Amino acid sequence: MKIYGVAVLSICFLTGQLLGEWLGRLFDFNGNIGGVGFAMLLLIIFGDWMKRRGWIDTESESGIRFWSGMYIPVVVAMASTQHVKAALQGGWLAVVAGVGGTVFCFLLIPLLAPKRGHDQGSSNDNP
Amino acid sequence: MTSLFDSLLKYEMIIALLWVGLVMYVSHLISRYLTGNRMPGVAIAIGLGLFFAYFGGSKGVADHPLLAGMAVIGGSMMRDFSIVSTAMGASISEIRKAGGRAILSLFVGILAAFGFGVVSGFSMGYADPVSLATIGAGACTFIVGPVTGTALGASSEVIAISIATGVIKTIFVTILTPLLARRIGLDNPQTAMAYGGIIGTTSGVAAGLAATDARLVPYGALTATFYTGMGCLLCPSVLFFLLRALMA
Repeated sequence: MKIYGVAVLSICFLTGQLLGEWLGRLFDFNGNIGGVGFAMLLLIIFGDWMKRRGWIDTESESGIRFWSGMYIPVVVAMASTQHVKAALQGGWLAVVAGVGGTVFCFLLIPLLAPKRGHDQGSSNDNP
Repeated sequence: MTSLFDSLLKYEMIIALLWVGLVMYVSHLISRYLTGNRMPGVAIAIGLGLFFAYFGGSKGVADHPLLAGMAVIGGSMMRDFSIVSTAMGASISEIRKAGGRAILSLFVGILAAFGFGVVSGFSMGYADPVSLATIGAGACTFIVGPVTGTALGASSEVIAISIATGVIKTIFVTILTPLLARRIGLDNPQTAMAYGGIIGTTSGVAAGLAATDARLVPYGALTATFYTGMGCLLCPSVLFFLLRALMA
């Protein structure tokens, strides 16, 4: 049943948020520290584990898939409900950080790319 | 006649779903016919969302009674829930196969984008660690920014900047990838995985690689899938505390 998958997702979500809130209190900070990240990590590990045991079938998984399909529409709705007028008074910050940050990251790629001729397993695609 | 339509106002969330569906559809039409599929429809849709929000007040389009339901769908609970659900597609065995370099690229990419965002924000007048961390997270992806901002309690204005930063990054990645592919040696799976890990914005990575060499898309997507999760984990925790300690 689809709701089983959604229930598994909910457990991971709540546990992750709880962990984030707990960390926030531990560090004496009024906020949630990494709750969403913890929840995702939990779903990756827990979901993988349950799948290997056959405890999640495709039908249950499709319940989770529905929510991940709603992710972009939800993000569009989120973007539509921000205080954009005030944000524009921040001037060119988004452009500077977006464009500059992208260029900066591109410059780092060669550092982490394999050295020519030393990489394995890619000979098919390597001219 | 007006009273008949007024009766629909109580179904605000359903109206909002219809509205988002229309925005998505128009964005995909723009992507297909005006940019020849070069610009991801996702980035256009989020950009359109921000554009419409400009005509609203502090709650964007949700200030209009007809679209009040947008605040429900776009609220932090729905957003966080749907983001977490995307982790279901990621498999640990795949990333383990990808190796240490792929995992390292994720850390490097998040740290570099975050650092650049923080420096940009600081040099343009933001001085509190919560706003700076949110802008830094926005330089990762348009989703890590608002997640971090909500978790740390940033203002809607700063969150909007972080979304816009992420959207600009996605668009720019799409344009830049095919132009720079040769220069950065982006012609093999290993480099594609490092690229996916460093750049991270999934829709930008997929569109950029598709324009470069479609066979590389799955390799880049493999590492990029983990980027948002890692970003949501690291930005509002370790990186925020590091930043706060540095500024104290």
